[in-house]
Amino acid sequence: MVGMTMTQKILAAHAGLERVEAGQLINARLDIVLGNDITTPVAVNEFKKAGFNSVFDKDRIAVVLDHFVPNKDIKAAEQSKQCREFACEHCISHFYDVGKMGIEHALLPEQGIVTAGDCVIGADSHTCTYGALGAFSTGVGSTDMAAGMATGIAWFKVPNAIKISLKGKLAPCCSGKDVILTLIGMIGVDGALYKSLEFVGEGVASLSMDDRLCICNMAIEAGAKNGIFPVDKVTLDYLNGRAKREPVIYEADPDAEYERNIEIDLSSIYPTVSCPHLPENTRPASELGNIKIDQAVIGSCTNGRMEDMEIAYRILKGKKIANGVRCIIIPATMQIMKECIERGYVSAFIDAGAVVSTPTCGPCLGGYMGILAEGEKCVATTNRNFVGRMGHIKSEVYLASPATAAASAITGYITDPKEVLS
Amino acid sequence: MNAKGKVFKYPDNVDTDVIIPARYLNTSNANELALHCMEDIDADFVKKVQPGDIMVAGWNFGCGSSREHAPLVIKTCRTGCVIAKSFARIFYRNAINIGLPILECPDAAEEIKNGDEVSVNFDTGLIVDITSGKTYNAQPFPPFIQNIIKSGGLLASLKKEV
Repeated sequence: MVGMTMTQKILAAHAGLERVEAGQLINARLDIVLGNDITTPVAVNEFKKAGFNSVFDKDRIAVVLDHFVPNKDIKAAEQSKQCREFACEHCISHFYDVGKMGIEHALLPEQGIVTAGDCVIGADSHTCTYGALGAFSTGVGSTDMAAGMATGIAWFKVPNAIKISLKGKLAPCCSGKDVILTLIGMIGVDGALYKSLEFVGEGVASLSMDDRLCICNMAIEAGAKNGIFPVDKVTLDYLNGRAKREPVIYEADPDAEYERNIEIDLSSIYPTVSCPHLPENTRPASELGNIKIDQAVIGSCTNGRMEDMEIAYRILKGKKIANGVRCIIIPATMQIMKECIERGYVSAFIDAGAVVSTPTCGPCLGGYMGILAEGEKCVATTNRNFVGRMGHIKSEVYLASPATAAASAITGYITDPKEVLS
Repeated sequence: MNAKGKVFKYPDNVDTDVIIPARYLNTSNANELALHCMEDIDADFVKKVQPGDIMVAGWNFGCGSSREHAPLVIKTCRTGCVIAKSFARIFYRNAINIGLPILECPDAAEEIKNGDEVSVNFDTGLIVDITSGKTYNAQPFPPFIQNIIKSGGLLASLKKEV
């Protein structure tokens, strides 16, 4: 009998089973069920159509308006209104409207709504972000959200896992984004399809929580069901005084079975860019200096956190955005926004010629706040560069770290941040 | 349960952003959304598709966003079935949960050509390319999932349990 991976242990515990095996179909108890202003309306319609009239636990549902708010048009406003009315009707305690909201996957960890050992589903593919906290967390659709809200249970096929052993330490110009883009470049956009990505090794300790959140956030871009980090001092320090529930620590068995082992030496990571139109098309930023950009976006659930703002500030402070480049900076939550104001970052961004927005997913999914015209190129700290993702089907998105995006905004071309960081 | 129709063939990694671009997601009305099905990869799809027609695609169909609007618009266009080499996991789950028939069959997805006439038997997993005369066997769903499909989707199956 082989041991279980960390993910399998969390799933077994939530299914009330001693052990589970890869491929097994289980029903698991949910700690948090999440939806946003795009996916919740569909879930609410299904919830009502199926005749449910109550939620399983008002304190374990989170509804965050983040994709199109403050509302971009009448239809978006109608969708927000529908979420608001549902949240009010069912007294949902974690309902985040304009003024309190943030991009969901930055907001939930920040507010302590998710903790270590949780089993979480969210009707948003980047729900896999919370694996950084040592939780099992995965994206689902609206019907799953509706069923989760009604019953507090979801069905899962127990995944097997790829073990990613990290060693060494990142160079100062690199961050979690460069790690995850590198990994996606190695294994491809379906390299972890239906599987867990379990990050382990001595290199983990050197990664900040913001790095880990960013890495797990893009596990889905390799097709993964979830990404997960072990719980260590960094995790517990982050959760301490923040998490609304006690963390539960799960560890993989020493004899856990992994389908594949990959080693990454963090000290060998360089600033990495995913070229159009797939996240797996990775190249060193230093080799793309001939790509002239029209726009730079720094934000999203992938890279709108405080450390992302810090590195953008370090690079943009006292500099000017290149002529012909629009630089859009979007702190991911109101708390981050406020801290950026208090620390003087917002003034520095504005002085550099950037625009700073309140939290929204906006441009990442081509919603609003930075849509690209035909032929335009954008370097973005977002997570997808599919055809038409940020606007016209003949526009291009280059995925990069906040350091690379900020450096590129200054030069007007895709730029390795080493060149501008002193 | 069966489907029979003409094939619309697509490549690997068809993402949910091209199936239904996010710029249209300010509504959850299926009929309104369906007007834009496949718009960014095949602008003619909605003009040409006939009830029962079949999508055939490569690896990792439906990757990207979790938007259930993607399988929903394909279903609303009355597409009979999607056959692919593999499906991205959230799309796979969503298709089952809303009752859009999908089949994983790498050989069929490789060999069937755009415009071929194809029939599918969901009970047996048998795929027949009427144009080429070739037949293929797709892996049937495990019983747990067949139950969801037979009940007419996840919520209907939950209601049945209650």
